[in-house]
Amino acid sequence: MANLYRDTGIVLRVQKLGEADRIITFLTQRHGKLRAVAKGVRRTSSKFGARLEPFCHVDVQFHPGRSLDIITQVQTLDAFGVGIVNDYQRYTAACAILETADRLTAEEGEPVVRLYLLVTGALRALAAAERDPSLLLDAFLMRAMAFAGWAPAVNECAKCGTPGPHRAFSVQAGGTCCPNCRPPGSASPSADTLTLLSALLHGQWGVVDEIPHLARRDASGLVAAHLQWHLERQLRSLPLVERKAKLDDG
Amino acid sequence: MYEGPVQDLIDELGRLPGVGPKSAQRIAFHLLATEPADIERLQHALQKVKEGVVFCDVCGNVSAETRCRICRDPKRDLSLVCVVEEPKDVQAIERTREFKGRYHVLGGALDPLSGVGPDQLRIRQLLNRIGTTTDGVDISEVIIATDPNTEGEATATYLVRMLRDFPGLTVTRLASGLPMGGDLEFADELTLGRALSGRRSM
Repeated sequence: MANLYRDTGIVLRVQKLGEADRIITFLTQRHGKLRAVAKGVRRTSSKFGARLEPFCHVDVQFHPGRSLDIITQVQTLDAFGVGIVNDYQRYTAACAILETADRLTAEEGEPVVRLYLLVTGALRALAAAERDPSLLLDAFLMRAMAFAGWAPAVNECAKCGTPGPHRAFSVQAGGTCCPNCRPPGSASPSADTLTLLSALLHGQWGVVDEIPHLARRDASGLVAAHLQWHLERQLRSLPLVERKAKLDDG
Repeated sequence: MYEGPVQDLIDELGRLPGVGPKSAQRIAFHLLATEPADIERLQHALQKVKEGVVFCDVCGNVSAETRCRICRDPKRDLSLVCVVEEPKDVQAIERTREFKGRYHVLGGALDPLSGVGPDQLRIRQLLNRIGTTTDGVDISEVIIATDPNTEGEATATYLVRMLRDFPGLTVTRLASGLPMGGDLEFADELTLGRALSGRRSM
């Protein structure tokens, strides 16, 4: 039993395996992304099947296996799923958070404590229904990109570093650009949109609340485009995120 | 690696869900030793399942005709519709012999992580079905019987939102709680919590 080890983690993804098993992908505090087998969890008699659903924040015990480790015990720390699945908008935003976290941690076993804390905080805020799920998602995406080293430049020129604010925004260039560096085909978001992007990145919720809904919608589009450009692939959950509140008002 | 057809068969069997390379090899050698008449029967069954099985026009269940056996049955209660994720869930509920209404098979659950949104499921067909009167009877109750997991619960939440504006329609969800024959101390906190919130007076 000496090889058993424990960690806390968020369930990012579950995949069916064989008759009644599942492969669970966790984002753990000390071991980064971790995939492990949960035996028999699809049976209704399973002791910890309900604790290994997406969005669950759990304390897990693993037993090293030949290819994948085996989950031997699970305890719930936070059941974020309960608050999230009660609202479809929150659910779609939370799915996009999990998929982004999964994509940003390509290496298994490499600790990513800041991302783990960010995901936990974002899911906690979503489950508590504290704010517009769409804004929480955009704030998460901005900060997750910052951790990955891809934060869009919003207060200076992405190319030459000239202090801003600048009006042109180019995903390919990495954010706002001055008139001299502006690549052809750059977007021209409003000043409110750029203020919102900066506020989301720095967690200035007082500023965020003052921004009109139309600018929020534009900011969401820029954040999604910027993320997918750097990930070099589409996120499957992002087009399915419900941006209802914004569309109704904006 | 085996030669030619044997390896081809092992490779094909290995692509089936839940069949690993060892199981595929075992099944392949079993088939090799089987009587030709049995192989022919299996061949015929495989061909028939692809050519002869269609999805019911009304509920989306697997059927041999354009309308499945349940939708054709005149004794069924037309005012009750039970919404399930997959055709196999219809069989699970039928085994209880408790439900006398009809079904609606969604074809899965809302799962943005796998790219499955409302447009990929038979939700629009469900809304059309509720809006129309069949044989003079309106649908009065929709029972949502999606799986009690994250995707199933999110699908139920979405359906409730879509169905709440239909006048006179009752939308219910399957109860969930403790399984029969278990000990309370071993129940996980989520299941026990739902059992408490869904308790009934006696």
